[in-house]
Amino acid sequence: MKYDILIAGVGGQGVVLASRLLALAAMRTGFHVSTAETIGMSQREGSVSSHVRIGDKLLGSLIPIGQADLLLGLEPAETVRNLPFLRKGGKVLVNTHPIPPASRPPGSPEYDPASLLSFLCECYPDIICSDFTELAGDVGTYRAANVAMLGAAVGARALPFSEEILKAVLEAEIPEKYRAVNRAAFERAMKCIRFISGT
Amino acid sequence: MTEKKLLMGNEAIALGALEAGVQVVTGYPGTPSTEALETVIRYADRCGIYVEWSSNEKVALETAVGAAYSGAKALVTMKQVGLNVASDPLMSLSYIGVKGALVLLVADDPGPHSSQTEQDTRVFGHFANIPVLDPATPQEAYELTKLAFELSHEFEIPVILRTTTRVSHSCGDVEVAVAEPEPVEAVGEGFVKDRRWTIFPRLTAERHPWLESIQAQLSERFSELPFNTISGSGRIGILASGVSALYVKEAVETVSNFEETFTLFKIGIVHPFPEKAVLSFLRGIDRLIVAEELDPYLEEQVLQLIGKAHLPVDVYGKKNGFFPVSGEYNVDLVIDSINDSLAAFGESLRLSHASPAISREKLPPLPIRAPTLCAGCMHRTVFYAFKQAAKQLKKEAQIDTIFSGDIGCYTLGNAYPLNMVDTCLCMGAGISIAGGLFRTNPKAKHVAFIGDSTFFHSGIPAVVNAVYNGADITLAVLDNRTTAMTGHQPHPGMGLTALGSASKAIEIADVVRSCGVEFVKTVNTLEADSLVNCVKAAKEAMNFKGPSVIVFKGRCAGITKSDRYYRIKSEDCTGCGFCIKELGCPAINLDSDKPVINDSCIGCGLCAQICPSEAICIGGEKL
Repeated sequence: MKYDILIAGVGGQGVVLASRLLALAAMRTGFHVSTAETIGMSQREGSVSSHVRIGDKLLGSLIPIGQADLLLGLEPAETVRNLPFLRKGGKVLVNTHPIPPASRPPGSPEYDPASLLSFLCECYPDIICSDFTELAGDVGTYRAANVAMLGAAVGARALPFSEEILKAVLEAEIPEKYRAVNRAAFERAMKCIRFISGT
Repeated sequence: MTEKKLLMGNEAIALGALEAGVQVVTGYPGTPSTEALETVIRYADRCGIYVEWSSNEKVALETAVGAAYSGAKALVTMKQVGLNVASDPLMSLSYIGVKGALVLLVADDPGPHSSQTEQDTRVFGHFANIPVLDPATPQEAYELTKLAFELSHEFEIPVILRTTTRVSHSCGDVEVAVAEPEPVEAVGEGFVKDRRWTIFPRLTAERHPWLESIQAQLSERFSELPFNTISGSGRIGILASGVSALYVKEAVETVSNFEETFTLFKIGIVHPFPEKAVLSFLRGIDRLIVAEELDPYLEEQVLQLIGKAHLPVDVYGKKNGFFPVSGEYNVDLVIDSINDSLAAFGESLRLSHASPAISREKLPPLPIRAPTLCAGCMHRTVFYAFKQAAKQLKKEAQIDTIFSGDIGCYTLGNAYPLNMVDTCLCMGAGISIAGGLFRTNPKAKHVAFIGDSTFFHSGIPAVVNAVYNGADITLAVLDNRTTAMTGHQPHPGMGLTALGSASKAIEIADVVRSCGVEFVKTVNTLEADSLVNCVKAAKEAMNFKGPSVIVFKGRCAGITKSDRYYRIKSEDCTGCGFCIKELGCPAINLDSDKPVINDSCIGCGLCAQICPSEAICIGGEKL
């Protein structure tokens, strides 16, 4: 068994936390796990990604091109940027809520989230798109969009471990102060996606 | 009882050190090394460990040396460029040796992701005659840390545990022998006076043969240790260490009978080179591929060995262009390089890449998302103020200004649209470089920016020099009350130790005054009209003849819970976009051609102070 997950987003969106939760759930399930995270300078509003490699064997922490089984995109442009990591037939979940770059340096293409989203939908007819930032905001805080996307991944049956294990990890890892809102975001996203995809 | 934990490489190193009985831990923050010392802090009280963030890496190492001279087991943590700062004590220490144990965690950063250099600490160990252990995973990092303490104690020499970003900042499942770290033993007899602790040319001459002789002993030992592993039995050898060995493994496994084609030798302890073990590996192969990030360290060692033993083995690596000489490696890069090597020696076999659903070339154009100063960062206000002051000087007196930056979040002042960093070299260099620029560009104004932690790290000698030699420069200290870039560690100006207990806060303004700086001003950046004050102070300081210092006091936006935010009055906003073009603040973005302020605003008010239509106002209290 080998299952590679790539989480892509912008510094401050909780990419590192999401990868830690997935890694813990994988470990509890009995797999080896290895993650690679962006920490440091790039966290300041830059593009960030986390590689989570789950399996029976120990692997280097970086996913090779074309091998990710699942791409969790917390932001449209960052999802597209990381598409080459996805294998043929891999799954994509994307948060449609765009984060425009803070400035547009000379030579930087204009950010047009709508066209990027339609590009994604053309390439991946099975893609799951939703505004998880709004969904998380509705249950309490837009900051829980990362955890909402984990719920969505469970709803889409896109993770190699059970809903119960991931929930137990959430309960143990998220500080009490934020637990209820994260739980709510997780549940709502999971139910939404189950409803949409009929799983 | 063993237990499985999900640990970051740096956490695993800390737990390994605790298990080895470390008693004194020192360091200076630096990505990707910082979390090791932070993990020790979590256990320090319970386990009875002394731990400190030192003012710089040299001081950290020397403090650990004092502890190790007294029989303590000590750990020092730093990033690779930190070792440059600590290299003076390290080079001498190799001759003197230690009594307890002394391990240096030095984290390299191939890429680089967040460093000034792509230097290779394996080579530094070779240069300094100090053993270097090179783990590939968090599990190995944990085990090799324990081994490092054993070796250091047994051979009475400092040992370097060298990691890379993909080890230090990788999380993995780690089997630890002790579930919860236990209290460490107290240091035994303490310091015993002996001439061996006082370096002198004569002592160095006595010790140098010893230092050289233990290299051979260590090489013998390392040939026997289980941290070198051989897999496969093919006639094509591949030599690798660290994470590169994992990339090689994954690359060759794409071939069905890879064990019959390749023999992979993974080295865990890279210096002194385990010659005996490598020699027996070389005797079983016809050709050798060497896969390693950064310098061709293994390649040079193995070429020497092949020459010494007159072996008929061709080597394919960086030196003949088969592997990149710089940058971070990955599985795909290793596959390409191995394929090039295979082609060069006429082998028909090729390793294959996975084919992605979409290749990079087929992606639509994507916006550049460069790292930026946070929304509400005080540095933005100060940079913008100096930009205005310099513009006025240029307009009024045709005087140019050159801005020298330094290492920290404020290096991001170089980014568009601020463009306020003209030079940046290494920790503390901005002040001295400004001094040098003054000598060669006397008609221009020279401004150096330095952060609070960097000021204490290595800024002070440069201030002394500016005063001593009369450099006409302005120093702007960006005092946001934390070591921000590395994750908010305390520093000597905060009145707080690594463990969070109170200590004497050293005032930066007092320090520069005592160095003889005659123009010293402190400016608060947190007031709603701070920009005017900052510009005024900047102009005064730049017009002052001789060294001048302004300490800009503020707070780090990254750890500030703000109760206010600003909003744009849409009825007054003309949509000119001046706020966006001038500041590049992540809190302001365009929404159908008009700027809006988003949730990340912490209410610094800089945009309100520059809006030509006065269309930005306080939005109210945050809930």
